[in-house]
Amino acid sequence: MLLLSWLAPVVLLIVWELLAQAGWLSPQVLPAPSKVVRTAFKLATSGSLLNDLGASLLRATAGFAIGGSVGFALGILVGFSRIAEAAIDRSIQMIRAIPFLAALPLVIVWLGVGEAQKIFLVALGVAFPIYINTTLGIRQVDPKLLELGRVQGLGTLELIRRVILPGALPSILTGVRYALATAWLALVVAETIGAQSGIGFLAMDAREFLRTDVIVLTIAIYALIGVAADGIARTLERRLLAWHPNYGSAR
Amino acid sequence: MTLHAVPSPAAIAPAVAVTGLHRAYGSRVVIENLNLRIERGEFVVLLGESGCGKTTLLRALAGLDAIDGGRITAPRRPAVVFQEHRLLPWDSLWRNVSLGLNATDARQRAATALTEVGLGGRLDDWPRNLSGGQAQRVALARALVQEPELLLLDEPFAALDALTRIRMHDLVRELVAVHRPGVLLVTHDVDEAIALADRILVMREGRIAFEHRMKRNGAAPIARTDLLAELGVGTSHPIPA
Ligand SMILES: Nc1ncnc2c1ncn2[C@@H]1O[C@H](COP(=O)(O)OP(=O)(O)OP(=O)(O)O)[C@@H](O)[C@H]1O
Ligand SMILES: [Mg+2]
Repeated sequence: MLLLSWLAPVVLLIVWELLAQAGWLSPQVLPAPSKVVRTAFKLATSGSLLNDLGASLLRATAGFAIGGSVGFALGILVGFSRIAEAAIDRSIQMIRAIPFLAALPLVIVWLGVGEAQKIFLVALGVAFPIYINTTLGIRQVDPKLLELGRVQGLGTLELIRRVILPGALPSILTGVRYALATAWLALVVAETIGAQSGIGFLAMDAREFLRTDVIVLTIAIYALIGVAADGIARTLERRLLAWHPNYGSAR
Repeated sequence: MTLHAVPSPAAIAPAVAVTGLHRAYGSRVVIENLNLRIERGEFVVLLGESGCGKTTLLRALAGLDAIDGGRITAPRRPAVVFQEHRLLPWDSLWRNVSLGLNATDARQRAATALTEVGLGGRLDDWPRNLSGGQAQRVALARALVQEPELLLLDEPFAALDALTRIRMHDLVRELVAVHRPGVLLVTHDVDEAIALADRILVMREGRIAFEHRMKRNGAAPIARTDLLAELGVGTSHPIPA
């Protein structure tokens, strides 16, 4: 079955390669896969590809860390405190209704087109899914288990550590997965504007010179990083939710 | 022995004493001027028709709900076993059993408790791998590992099949004989009451309407039909209004 599932993509690649080799596909439109691989190798050995990759990953990580922390902290606050919910939840829900990419022009006015703008945009995209899923997870903790915690004499902190956070974790991790996806989207958009490094910069630079091989390469890299991020999220879920019938390895 | 014949105050104190308990939901009075005393090591079973306030009483004794009047004197935090096992699905069995146990040898004590309920080999297993009866045994171990002076059980075996239930009766009897907490067991099962109780109470209209002390050795045991009559089942016996 695994073999079969890989068959179609491989056939597609071969057909693409053959069409390009036969000259049916103009290299200006879509370069052959082999050409893209050669370009990747060339850029990698010259060092610029790794630099750009590093720059992109750094922005994504920084933005994720900042946005994730803010979203998580606010989520915890609103999840635990009705007062905090009354005070800030509606505002957050209203801001959330704006597609965060629509805020880009404003972000550029505020922060220019430097690193801050890119990290901010990623953080903005990450904070909401983490926030929403954290509050949701805390709300959904089984009240019967909370009551049990009290019966067993747990203090507030112990109750949070032993019952509430583990109970909210599946939801929080779902938020992390969404956040990873939006982080990439934010990065792609942010890097196409005024970047001096990064995968997005590479793509924009290549566009100027009609280097479709480089453009296709950057798209492939975005895809690969997306897959890798999803893999990390899945591994986290399998590890942390081993107890959960929907995630654990032993079904 | 004789030198120490004078009992310490702690030994005389009951596991729980309730006087004049009142509890109402809005204008609906559920418990009215209820008095109850359970000695340490005494096994009390509470019967009563559905909705008569058994769970309300048990939750008040557990300190889970506020009361509207009266006094409850319980020496220490009681242990509770609910109808559902309420095991934390994200914790292994020993972590579940030792929940709230502030001891360095928590794992060791959890292991002992799990062995007592016949699950000594499954310390690191997940709750979801347990059958209903096994899960309820873990809940029992979790209650007893706290060494409670008062053990409150709200229909803990109601969801189990008849055979498992009988096994659980034997287990509970043994464990209570060893740990000797005062026990209040709520059930709908008259046979369960007869099998386990030192004393059977029937609750009606917010108070204890009937009480029967079982005489285990010799003396006539209460007839099942008498108890059923008290519960207003299968009899022409009118229930006092
Ligand atoms: N949270 C609540 N709000 C309002 N009324 C309640 C609440 N909980 C219980 N009651 C009412 O109090 C009465 C006693 O309920 P309780 O759960 O103590 O009955 P019970 O004897 O345990 O019944 P059962 O045998 O069916 O479990 C019922 O009439 C019920 O409707
Ligand atoms: Mg009940």
